[in-house]
Amino acid sequence: MSREDVLTAADTASSEPIQLVAPDGTRRRHAEFDAMLADVNDDVVADLYVDMVAVRRIDTEATHLQRQGELALWPPLLGQEAAQVGSARALREDDFVFTSYRENGVAYCRGVDLEDMLTVWRGNASSGWDPYGINMATPQIIIGAQTLHATGYAMGVKLDGGDQAAVAYFGDGAITQGDVNEALGFAASYQAPVVFFCQNNHWAISEPVDLQSRVPIAQRAEGFGIPHLRIDGNDILAALAATRIALERARSGGGPTFIEAVTYRMGPHTTADDPTRYRDQAELDEWKEKDPLTRIEEYLHTRGMAVDGFREAAQHRADDVAEKLRRGITTMADPEWAAVFENVYAEDHSWLNRQREQYGRYQNLFGSDAGGEA
Amino acid sequence: MLKVFNLPDLGEGLTESEVLTWKVSEGETVALNQVIADVETAKAVVELPCPFAGVVAQIYAEPGTVVEVGKPMIAIEVEGAEPSAGAAPSGAAEAAGAPAREPTLVGYGAAIESGARPARRRRTAVPAAGEQPQSTPAPVAVAEPPATEAEEPARPVERPRSTPPVRKLARDLGVDLEALAGTGPDGLITRDDVQSAGAAPSAPEVERGSAPSAAGEERVRITGMQKAMASAMVESAFTAPHATEFLTVDVTESMELLERLRASRAFEGLKLTPLTLVAKAACLWLAKTPELNSKWDGEAGEIVRFRDVNLGIAAATGRGLLVPNIKAANRMDLAELAAEMRGLVGRARDGKTSPRELASGTFSITNIGVFGIDAGTPIINPGEAGILAMGQVRSQPWEHRGAVALRQVLTLSLSFDHRLVDGAQASRFLAGIAGILRDPASLITHV
Repeated sequence: MSREDVLTAADTASSEPIQLVAPDGTRRRHAEFDAMLADVNDDVVADLYVDMVAVRRIDTEATHLQRQGELALWPPLLGQEAAQVGSARALREDDFVFTSYRENGVAYCRGVDLEDMLTVWRGNASSGWDPYGINMATPQIIIGAQTLHATGYAMGVKLDGGDQAAVAYFGDGAITQGDVNEALGFAASYQAPVVFFCQNNHWAISEPVDLQSRVPIAQRAEGFGIPHLRIDGNDILAALAATRIALERARSGGGPTFIEAVTYRMGPHTTADDPTRYRDQAELDEWKEKDPLTRIEEYLHTRGMAVDGFREAAQHRADDVAEKLRRGITTMADPEWAAVFENVYAEDHSWLNRQREQYGRYQNLFGSDAGGEA
Repeated sequence: MLKVFNLPDLGEGLTESEVLTWKVSEGETVALNQVIADVETAKAVVELPCPFAGVVAQIYAEPGTVVEVGKPMIAIEVEGAEPSAGAAPSGAAEAAGAPAREPTLVGYGAAIESGARPARRRRTAVPAAGEQPQSTPAPVAVAEPPATEAEEPARPVERPRSTPPVRKLARDLGVDLEALAGTGPDGLITRDDVQSAGAAPSAPEVERGSAPSAAGEERVRITGMQKAMASAMVESAFTAPHATEFLTVDVTESMELLERLRASRAFEGLKLTPLTLVAKAACLWLAKTPELNSKWDGEAGEIVRFRDVNLGIAAATGRGLLVPNIKAANRMDLAELAAEMRGLVGRARDGKTSPRELASGTFSITNIGVFGIDAGTPIINPGEAGILAMGQVRSQPWEHRGAVALRQVLTLSLSFDHRLVDGAQASRFLAGIAGILRDPASLITHV
């Protein structure tokens, strides 16, 4: 079978992602999904939209801050707002989230402090926040490793007899990792209450997804005996409904679910990458037509909402968020040197104490006015 | 107030960017995050968003300029703004005279040349008062190297004969016994020989006395030939991936053979040395491993295999290194080779090497043994696939027929162009030459 044949197979109607809101704002019906959205009236949709605007604005501001020398690096999520906000807004507070480094939209919805979202990228901290404060682990840089953490957490929930779920967020690039496949195996064997939320954004840095998987990614779950859903990842209602289905299954002892949200990374992999070197402008233009924000604007318009004023209001709120973010970052104090030793071990550790003491002596060589206090 | 935007590290660990275009001009009003310029880093073309809102006061770099990370790009007049912690102009700290401690993770990276160091750690080695500074190795006039590398000095097989007390005396006086001709019976070096040699003012001593101070320096113009050698070496070293192999071989039997041949009529008037034998063995094995007698023609996308061996012999002349070659050396017998080599080396020493002799070499040999050296990693003559360095023949305890015996051994060093030659081919070639030198009678199998 040639690669073309495989791609054709991947595009057949049977694997067409489930979509509730088309790019032009048309609402499509889907019995199982619609049943999950009984409470989602126009106000809720509008509220989801406001979050997406804020997330996009944060992402843009952070990208600017990197270009201005305030951040060392930033992994933009432009284009993936619906997949992240839709799924995150389906979660309960006591569910636990394990993400990669690109899930800043999820972090926003979980209530991560804006500055905490960026300290790591500024090099001011080795980790962003207290995971137990908001039930979200700090972003995993190692590709796919968080799927194991989520599965382990979910196995613990099951042993405790709780009805919480763990959610692992990862990308199409992660599916080839051994960790992800091990996690899928364990989750299936132990029927762990975990949701595998894969954002297929089409590019693993510069590698296109069709090189990585010869079948739709969701189909891989079949081999593990895990039920799967393939959704339009740029459709926030589909993302919300699919995640609710998966969570309900997890809470009721039905085990794991694999969701493939078909979306698109419209920006670079990180600010250190130049996507024009490996992808076509035509492909980007095609996905701009499927933008997750404009389709909700269109949808709300069909529902009789005055979209223009509403959009401006959302943008203003987002600008405020961005300004707060900028102020927080540009006035952020350098960390005290000893901060690097915090949160390494849960308990006192003699070996680490010795290092801290030696490093303290080294710092003192700079004199008191060179940041050696603390 | 005026705020300066310094070029940040736009990727991960970039040191500079080239300004492509400015999207604003001086006097223009800019908004926060407005794109002001396109710059190209080693990784990507990126848009620079302005970190301040205000009026452009100054643009520091013209399009086409490469700006170092941390150097100013643009100054913006910002109304009523207080100095921001994040974007202080780099000049501010310097002007204050404070040692700037650059942030190392974000923005501008560590200063390349003035990295902050702990003050107390700075311990320069200042000699204590009255203590004489250790003299740096002053240039010492070295005895002229032999005119050519190719000439094998007639080395006595045994060391000069003398008695132990005389050897001690020589050591004490710094007299080199090998440089002395003994006047005693059977060439025995006597106490008088050593004493008279020791009394003579030795040239290096005199030179050392008048050597320039360590601080002094002498500047010597780079001559055309040195320049040619330098560029040939640089070209070779940085285009051909070099690999070098070494093999030490017992050449006692070869030395005996040479001794016998020298006495034969066929070699009368010829200078027969280990180099001649190595050259012959190399020609024989180049026929068996043609990869080493070839040339990488990257432009044509071809490898050129040479039918004949134009054997280069590296010669250190007064004016620099020359590698004249013997055309079609593979078709010559030992006597012809010896004669050719002598002529070649003589002309090189006299500065009469013809351009033809320097062109179209296919493989080279360098005899570093004449300088008392054992092994090295020679650089391939450009356009060739390999070069063989032969070390000096020295008496060493060596395994011989299951026991340790004093044998004459030499080390061969072969550098080869790994684009053309792989390790197996090079090893076969080197081992083949060594095999002939170890057992010259095996030459019969090549006839």
